[in-house]
Amino acid sequence: MIEARQLTKVFQDRKRGQVRAVDGVDFRCEPGRIFGLLGVNGAGKTTCLRILATILRPTAGTAVVQGFDILAEPEKVRASIGFLSTATALYGRMTAYELVEYFGRLHGMEDSALHARIETLFQTLDMNGFRDRRCDKLSTGMKQKTSIARTLAHDPPVMIFDEPTLGLDVLTARTVLGFIRECGQQGKTVIFSTHVMSEAEKMCDEIAIIHGGRILAEGALAELRQRTGEEHLEDIFIKVVEGRV
Amino acid sequence: MKLRPIGIVYRKELRDLMRDFRAIISMIVVPVIIVPVIMLGALKIVKMTMKSEPNIMVLGAEGSPGTVAALRALHKFDFVPASEDFTNLIRTKRIRAAVEIPKDFDAAVDSDRMTSIRIYAYQGEPTSMQIAQQLDEFFRQRRDQTVRRRLAERSLPETVAVPFDVQRENVASPKQVTGSLLGMILPYVLIVMCLTGAIYPSVDLTAGEKERGTLETLLSSPVDRTNLVLGKMLAVLTMSLGTAALAITSNGFAFYFVQRGGMAKLPLELDPAALIGVCIVMIPLAVLLSSVTVAVGLFARSCKEANTYLQPMLLLAILPAIVAALPGVDFNYRAAFLPVVNISLLCKEMLAGTSHWGHILVVFGSTSVYAALTVAAAVKLFKRESVLFRS
Repeated sequence: MIEARQLTKVFQDRKRGQVRAVDGVDFRCEPGRIFGLLGVNGAGKTTCLRILATILRPTAGTAVVQGFDILAEPEKVRASIGFLSTATALYGRMTAYELVEYFGRLHGMEDSALHARIETLFQTLDMNGFRDRRCDKLSTGMKQKTSIARTLAHDPPVMIFDEPTLGLDVLTARTVLGFIRECGQQGKTVIFSTHVMSEAEKMCDEIAIIHGGRILAEGALAELRQRTGEEHLEDIFIKVVEGRV
Repeated sequence: MKLRPIGIVYRKELRDLMRDFRAIISMIVVPVIIVPVIMLGALKIVKMTMKSEPNIMVLGAEGSPGTVAALRALHKFDFVPASEDFTNLIRTKRIRAAVEIPKDFDAAVDSDRMTSIRIYAYQGEPTSMQIAQQLDEFFRQRRDQTVRRRLAERSLPETVAVPFDVQRENVASPKQVTGSLLGMILPYVLIVMCLTGAIYPSVDLTAGEKERGTLETLLSSPVDRTNLVLGKMLAVLTMSLGTAALAITSNGFAFYFVQRGGMAKLPLELDPAALIGVCIVMIPLAVLLSSVTVAVGLFARSCKEANTYLQPMLLLAILPAIVAALPGVDFNYRAAFLPVVNISLLCKEMLAGTSHWGHILVVFGSTSVYAALTVAAAVKLFKRESVLFRS
């Protein structure tokens, strides 16, 4: 479970002065459901997810992830999550196997359990064909699978995806989306940010529309349709962002 | 601070670096191959230069075939025909020196008349000064022979002209002689190699991670940031010390072959305890240099930016090392607190066998304090979002 409480992040910018990237954000993601953060570039999605992953510290407010407060127990929060974004690249000089093994070890896993887990993951994700190939020699799809295996090595109960399909081709994006859906089906708490309306429409059980660092609307797609009187998510999004609701 | 995650990060970073061609170049190829090759090449060039006989000119000397023949018999010089333009030839380095021998010089010497020799050289030009010194030595020896002959002819003892002798005795042991000579070059080589060995890995493991986008992946792991950066710093320190150790070993072999091949007469008697001592006092300096380079790399947004900052730092470290290596610059307690200079001066003392425990404690202690402060600064930087996500 994830619960954000008045999350706020203010950056100091030399040209623009104080920038409120995230401004008093509240939401709740339940296990087994996929929660989507929908917003344009610069809306505050990445900052919000980085705060949940304890990579950034909030200026105000807090969040509880799997029962751990992000300010009080950041290490336990990180131990409970799998974080995947377009910015989470792979170490090019390590093989796919070594990389997953490294992150499993950083999560404190013992070797025997870790190696068994890696075998299962590589089998499931069909990665055995390139397990000993260096990451800088992998195709985009192979890299994305390796990233997925990296996030799953310690079998986290919470998954955070920040624009995971950005820049991917259709086939690779489909694999990633299928994986996200599986995470939800396995009972994991999943939060997923995107600016692609069709993805959010297809994937999310609940959607929060974020703009200018604030959540303007939140609910299941049916609820948002009812509230805005619009059928398509794109129209719903425009109406919400333009403040016509 | 937890040892297990530090060890995991350390092993991974080290393995990663050992697979990087550029790291191998900076850690192995430069100290093991390039530095000794440059050193041997320089010696070879010096030897070739020394072998070639420099041009000199004899002016006058009419009626003095004996002196000219003795000069030629030295086989040290090439004789250029006399010319009125000799000063200009010396200034343009076409000849290195000229010696003016008066007319009937030999006859004057044989008949007890006073006469004089004049040597022309280029003051401040090392080769010219060296040739002038050799010519001066040659004529002094001939003068001494003449004095002895004249005394013998008058049945007078040599002590009439030379009432006492001055002799210089070396009281230093061969180990101290070697140590003093090595003290001028070894600390400098070690400091430069420690820094060279640290720069590439620290840039790769900090600014490189930012550039390649792997930093965020690493920060999403549950390992505390202190442990992450300590693991990285340990890897950089290993590369730094490894580079210095390889440099000593390869240069040691190079010196051995130089000695065996007769390219230079260098003493090779070295006190192993002094060498071990030097290696130990070098450790806090390597920690200091590694943590500074890591801190700079963390601050930079890209590898290019990090290298821009680190180039002046290389000069900042090299210059004090050169100053301390100069002959006549000795240890004092004010210098004992200056980073890099203190280690360089202490190493010089240790190799020469003149160090005191007081000096060692002050230098080791002050450098360790500086190293601890820079490690703490690097850890603090690694925890600052404004540094990690600087854009």
